[in-house]
Amino acid sequence: MSENFEPKILGILCNWCSYAGADLAGTSRLKYPANIRIVRVMCSGRVEPTLILKAFQEGADGVLVSGCHPGDCHYVDGNIKTLRRTPLISRLLTQIGIEPERFKQVWVSASEGEKFGKIVEQMVEDIKKIGPYQKKTGDALDTVAHEVYQSTKEVAATGEEGGSHCG
Amino acid sequence: MSGQKIGVYVCHCGSNINGVVNCSKVAEEAAQLDGVVVSKDYKYMCSDPGQEMIKADIKEKGLDRVVVAACSPRMHEPTFRKALEGGGLNGYLLEMANIREHVSWVTKDKEEATKKALALVKGAVNRVKYHQPIEEKEVPVNDATLVIGAGIAGIQAALQVAEAGHKVYLIEKKQYIGGNMAKFDKTFPTLDCAACILTPKMVDVGQNPNIELYTSSEVIKVDGYVGNFTVTVKEKPRYINHEKCTGCGDCATACIMKNRIPHEFDEGLSKRGAAYIPFPQAVPLKAVIDDQNCLLLTRKKCTLACVKACGRKAINFNQHETIHEFNVGSIILATGFDLFDAKRAPQYGYGRYPNVINGLQFERMTNASGPTSGHILLEDGTEPKSVAIIHCVGSRDENYNKYCSRVCCMSSVKFAHMVKDHTDAEVYEFYIDMRTFGKGYEEFYNRVQEEGVHFIRGKGAEVAQKNGRLVVKAEDTLLGQYREIPVDLVILNTALEPRVDAEKVAQTLGISRSADGFFLESHIKLDPVTTTTDGIYLAGCCQSPKDIPDSVAQGSAAASQSLAIIATGKVKISPISASVDENQCAGCRICVGLCPYRAIKLNEETLRAEINQAVCKGCGTCAAACPSGAIKVSHFDNDQLLAQIEGVLA
Amino acid sequence: MANKLKLAIYWAAACGGCDVAILDTDEKILNIAEAADIVLWPIAMDFKYEDLYKMEPGSIDVCLYNGAVRTSEQEELARALRDRSNVMVAFGACASWGGIPGLANLVTREEIFNTVYKETVTTINEDDIRPATNYQGSHGELHLPKIYDRVWSLDQVVDVDYYVPGCPPTPETIWTAVEAIVTGNLPPKGSVIGGTKSLCDTCEREKTEKKITQFKRPFEIIADPKKCLLEQGLVCCGPVTRDGCGHRCTNNNMPCRGCYGPSEKVNDQGARLLNAIASIMDVKDEKSAAELAATWEDPAGTAYRFGLPKSLIFDYKKGGK
Repeated sequence: MSENFEPKILGILCNWCSYAGADLAGTSRLKYPANIRIVRVMCSGRVEPTLILKAFQEGADGVLVSGCHPGDCHYVDGNIKTLRRTPLISRLLTQIGIEPERFKQVWVSASEGEKFGKIVEQMVEDIKKIGPYQKKTGDALDTVAHEVYQSTKEVAATGEEGGSHCG
Repeated sequence: MSGQKIGVYVCHCGSNINGVVNCSKVAEEAAQLDGVVVSKDYKYMCSDPGQEMIKADIKEKGLDRVVVAACSPRMHEPTFRKALEGGGLNGYLLEMANIREHVSWVTKDKEEATKKALALVKGAVNRVKYHQPIEEKEVPVNDATLVIGAGIAGIQAALQVAEAGHKVYLIEKKQYIGGNMAKFDKTFPTLDCAACILTPKMVDVGQNPNIELYTSSEVIKVDGYVGNFTVTVKEKPRYINHEKCTGCGDCATACIMKNRIPHEFDEGLSKRGAAYIPFPQAVPLKAVIDDQNCLLLTRKKCTLACVKACGRKAINFNQHETIHEFNVGSIILATGFDLFDAKRAPQYGYGRYPNVINGLQFERMTNASGPTSGHILLEDGTEPKSVAIIHCVGSRDENYNKYCSRVCCMSSVKFAHMVKDHTDAEVYEFYIDMRTFGKGYEEFYNRVQEEGVHFIRGKGAEVAQKNGRLVVKAEDTLLGQYREIPVDLVILNTALEPRVDAEKVAQTLGISRSADGFFLESHIKLDPVTTTTDGIYLAGCCQSPKDIPDSVAQGSAAASQSLAIIATGKVKISPISASVDENQCAGCRICVGLCPYRAIKLNEETLRAEINQAVCKGCGTCAAACPSGAIKVSHFDNDQLLAQIEGVLA
Repeated sequence: MANKLKLAIYWAAACGGCDVAILDTDEKILNIAEAADIVLWPIAMDFKYEDLYKMEPGSIDVCLYNGAVRTSEQEELARALRDRSNVMVAFGACASWGGIPGLANLVTREEIFNTVYKETVTTINEDDIRPATNYQGSHGELHLPKIYDRVWSLDQVVDVDYYVPGCPPTPETIWTAVEAIVTGNLPPKGSVIGGTKSLCDTCEREKTEKKITQFKRPFEIIADPKKCLLEQGLVCCGPVTRDGCGHRCTNNNMPCRGCYGPSEKVNDQGARLLNAIASIMDVKDEKSAAELAATWEDPAGTAYRFGLPKSLIFDYKKGGK
């Protein structure tokens, strides 16, 4: 793993508590790592795993989902749906081969700017330890396969025998 | 998707952003992004010239989408939406990239900050391409106001709204109004008596035809949104018929529990019965039956002396709790504070030594209608010869509350004056810093200094008993000396804390609290009265500790917020809502039970889910759960979010 | 005969069921034979790959490609067939979304090799011989296809015109597809043969309030044949799965396994199902949510039984985005 590895983290934050909490970190001029990119949703209940999977596909090394504390939801109980989903999403990601450090679901209230900064700090640190998320692309082999394919095409084009070795 | 002519505007916010983020570089790189036709950076985008720039570009360059990279959208999204509308574009064709709160203010490294800012701009550009115009919904405003809490702040707010000619429902948990201020004796800095200035207002509340007062009542449910809240209030039975009761007090005299129960209004310094009159100036001046101590109510066994004593036959033990429902346009929350329980700081001996009292007890003691008829007395009935006043008990203390309770320095100075005024005692004040910041406050402090009060700079560390006398231990930081001062009476000036049920109230109203537990204002400087929920306002100590002038000022401010909504007659509500694509909905019913507002119904004929747009608040929980992707939530649709995610991670 | 349709059928990473399903069209197979000349069908007729390579581009009218792409051979053939076919059909769940073989994406190739060539108790492989692409034998060098790091759906490797869903496709679905091709009455490119909505649309089981108090596996209960299976705690993929299979599983009191792939607006079959089901779990706090979630035996395997390679996290074109 590179010494200079800077993980990219996607933060999906609810508008009323967590996004406001992140704003408060700003107005309080607290410093935390620049690794997080925040996307706003109205409620953490809006978060679906497709957003998380998309993030990993797009090269995120971690995803942080944050909502209001249970009981404090601006939409009564949207975050209760969030807490129902989290254990299954975590298991799904683990099964797919994404380390548990890469997905965190937390509660940050509008007054917890400091907590938000600390969560980001911790997550960056944890992900640095396990390194970048690597897609299962098999790209190294792709190149070989492509060469084989090209050569067979050439053979076919010249009409010679023995295009493929595996007929 | 038609957003192919995007304008990007990067705000410097003076040096707030530009000092850390290289704004011109962000603008330059944004210009290269697909679909961007204009990309500029400017000193203050929210200023008139900044907004005009956007309007002009929309008109001249035919922009169909706008990205503003500036502060938090929670701050200026409405501003820039208006700018778009001024240029002839729908306000929802805007996306903001938060490069101030989320970038420049939280990032040390300039290069990192610039990189992050650009990523957020890319996300915004990607997202805005999928934005659709949305028409804002306007709803009429109910012109009634709910005020919760009838202390000085709530009373001020209620009177002001009522005097402007609008209905007010004033809800008070206690059996009487006036709050903590009703217990005070004199008020700083002018020393006018609290009752003299508060009682007329309390009487006004009782007499104003626009105010419907509910005492012994609590708000248990709040539904709806700005302009149209439905509030459910639970009124506890008082077992007294208010129409008949004259407040004569015959029942109190007759009650067989008389003088056996510590009286809350006197902070436990006097005793009352189970039937009693809270205090002579109480509004409403009606008898109260305490259901926790009434023998009939608790043990079903009593001589019913009160019933027999009441000539008006006003006592009715068959009363039950009643539920009221009100429709109001706005809510003013003025639930006040609780006093820090000094028993939590055992080093001060409160609860152990009878001559250690708290500030409110002292107020009751000096009050002419209080338990000692205005005399400052020790437990044994004698006057103290030496009194200590300890500041910051439970405030400015890592162990209890970090914040400053703001009123204690001044009230301590007032206490010192009162002691000097009522007795010949020596007075020692133990303070960390003396904070006398208000109008006429420093002058008052000077006056009391001249009265011969000993001010000792050092936090009172401990109250102990030595040779039958109390001793206050402290480090005098001016002398650099440890001191033990023997006194007869110790007044602990305890912290103002959030009400013990503040969390429950916050949940009922759907508002937030700050780290100290007080209700959270929308902006600490520019919007200290509004909560993060539209239509709910704060007044008085429920927002933060404050003195009477500030509480009154905030009460008035909250009232004018309510009146402003009423005057407008209409409010804009967020048009963000969910809808069902009938061609995709398979009627699986997964969404139906998820909506907290019951906005989703299954149409039994078509077997498709339907969403009531008037009720939907746009949280998007149903859209996230819809297995067939049939539910879309406007402005937070998958297309938009996925595009943004792709952009910020690019 | 010149007007007859030139049809190629190819079998990649799949079980062979799709080929059998074509035969399963019963007497209609004769109609297929009447309408089409089969130019390649390795499972049923004797062709060599050389025959294919000699064909001109466009000389095949329709190619039904079943199976996912896991090896270099499968990719090579996919490309060769695509080059020569006017219409490329992903036939069956494996070609369309990776299918059951796609579940291999839950583990790495190395893990699979370790299981197959080393760890199972019945394996004796003292020299730790693993599949290799080149082998120098006594009679010269031998070549074997490479096994890729992951499983790809057909459309992640080559351009696909239509999808015929199912594991395997039902005779009705196959016939609908064949009819469309033969009559030239083709739907827009990218279409999937089947319904557009999810299976729940035509499911006649009684649906009431959706709440899950415990996840159950089909062998644990005898499900009420009249009630929604999901409401009985069985993980049914019906809510996210395309209608069109004729309810073969649910009619037999078994929950839908999802083989008809995602319905029209579902961007990620497994993730959507998982989120929908999690949302109706009857819990209100984190601890009970974790406990209840733990009773779902295999979330990824159940939700993505037929579509893991098309999950958003794996869905990109091979060799790049």
